[in-house]
Amino acid sequence: MTERTKEDDPAPAPDGYGFETRMIHAGTPPEPITGARQTPIYQNTSYVFHDVDHAASLFNLQTFGFIYSRLTNPTVAALEERIASLEDGRGATCCASGHAAQVLAFFALMEPGDEFVASNRLYGGSITQFGKTFKKFGWQCRFVDVDDPANVRRAIGPKCKAVFVESLANPGGVVSDLEPLAAIAHEAGVPLVVDNTLATPYLCQPFDWGADIVVHSTTKFLSGNGTTVGGCVVDKGTFDWTRNDKFPALAQPEPAYHGLTFTETFGDMAFTTHQHAVGLRDLGATMAPMNAFQTLLGIETLSLRMERHCANALAVARFLEAHDAVAWVSCAALESSPYHALARKYLPRGAGAVFTFGVTGGYEAGVKVVEGCNLLSHLANIGDTRSLILHPASTTHRQLSDAQRAAAGAGPEVIRLSVGLETVDDIVDDLDQALRHAAAT
Amino acid sequence: MPVELHYGDDHLQAILDRVRRIAMVGASPLWNRPSSFAMKYLQAKGYRVIPVNPNAAGQDILGERCYARLAEVPGRIDMVDIFRSSDEAGPIVDEAIALKAEKSIEVVWMQLGVRDDAAAERARAAGLEVVMDRCPKIEYGRLHNELSWGGFNSRVISSKRRRVRIA
Repeated sequence: MTERTKEDDPAPAPDGYGFETRMIHAGTPPEPITGARQTPIYQNTSYVFHDVDHAASLFNLQTFGFIYSRLTNPTVAALEERIASLEDGRGATCCASGHAAQVLAFFALMEPGDEFVASNRLYGGSITQFGKTFKKFGWQCRFVDVDDPANVRRAIGPKCKAVFVESLANPGGVVSDLEPLAAIAHEAGVPLVVDNTLATPYLCQPFDWGADIVVHSTTKFLSGNGTTVGGCVVDKGTFDWTRNDKFPALAQPEPAYHGLTFTETFGDMAFTTHQHAVGLRDLGATMAPMNAFQTLLGIETLSLRMERHCANALAVARFLEAHDAVAWVSCAALESSPYHALARKYLPRGAGAVFTFGVTGGYEAGVKVVEGCNLLSHLANIGDTRSLILHPASTTHRQLSDAQRAAAGAGPEVIRLSVGLETVDDIVDDLDQALRHAAAT
Repeated sequence: MPVELHYGDDHLQAILDRVRRIAMVGASPLWNRPSSFAMKYLQAKGYRVIPVNPNAAGQDILGERCYARLAEVPGRIDMVDIFRSSDEAGPIVDEAIALKAEKSIEVVWMQLGVRDDAAAERARAAGLEVVMDRCPKIEYGRLHNELSWGGFNSRVISSKRRRVRIA
């Protein structure tokens, strides 16, 4: 055995654990009081202080510990550490939904009157949130086509505080070129924020490509069973918030904590500490402990599920590409996709299981295919064990204009699939009969 | 770029288990400074922390008399914790080396963001253990699962049931 008590210790062992080990163990050692091996659901609101001084230390952020479950909860914290570990970040903050994660992340970065630049191919719900609701906070989103990173550079003004993209976009089979986008963001002194929901950390590691913050809807592949809504913000911990004067919430004294400056006091933990101590404290979009528990269970099998999701999705995409009633398939796993090369670079283990295809026959045919499925479920979610089908133009992307729908890859003939873990021939057969039925009527 | 520093968890745990008396150079009398946070936390974990700061000498900080210099600290010092900038760390390390025998000093620990490779080399040559660019509060919290409570990646993975004292 090698000597491990010297400070030139070559590689601390815990850093060396593989992804699959971390998805089962990170954040969840045995509960020390009882020895319970599975993570307890701490279904409670508040935590007893030792004495008044201990309470003061907790409220002042001088010590680690729990006060109230709106800010932190042991079960939620276990999930936060697990996701932080899988993304190889410094810390994570879980919250009520993916939408809440986006509010929370921008809350630390933005002041009223500030702007950020985002891809115009985001998930429709994000486009509505950024383009309409964020305006009420005085936050302006400038949407651009990020396929040409020069568009992003041109859109960044002095008030810009972030660049936001999805690693793998929902629903269009679009992959963002993270490396040059990170370089452009950093050149402007702002972080690159990446929604890694569709890829999951198993398929894509945005921090390896320069991203600074990752957001998730944990509702999707992370929890995996369609049981639980949740969100997460992960901080890499390396962005220098003090390099310019753009981020006063993090780098200037915080009046609510007696003039404490988060960057000075918490170093590389500043962002995540702020997300809990100010963000969740005042926005209140907390994740429930039971939801954290179910998401922890889901993540235990993430790699196995993603491998099969990707394999099934590729088989379904190839089947559709050869089908007479299908006009086109937009799936980055296919060699025909313009995003195939980017998928190979950023998603080497597979290009996910959510993609779109266009039916010949437009809007009417699209509706018929969706309604004609007997095995695929017609619903507005993705990342379930079950195969899911949706007609975005009539549902998730309904709030958008025709131009926005077209940009987002959600035109009238478009159908979105989230390919599940059923026997792949059964998924193919169900789609085949629905397509034939739609073409015949 | 200097070489990335690696300290094994077992190594840091052994230091934190062994030392009991810590002289904190740069301890601030202001309660909302980072040094005060670290000092209060370490006190709560059972360490005796003696503040050293010429600008606060003679004052009491968190119930402990503050001294101007390491040499004035009465009794043993197991570890010198340096809460000063990197370019001020060298002379403090040299003072610790000079006092090593007299004060039984075993460890020189430089805070998060504080690093002086040449001073560390001199300390090691004198038989002192050196940790740089780490915070003993954060490392204690990390190795005892408390950092995880805030959603942080502790990088600690274990199937062992941790022994805890139930008060």
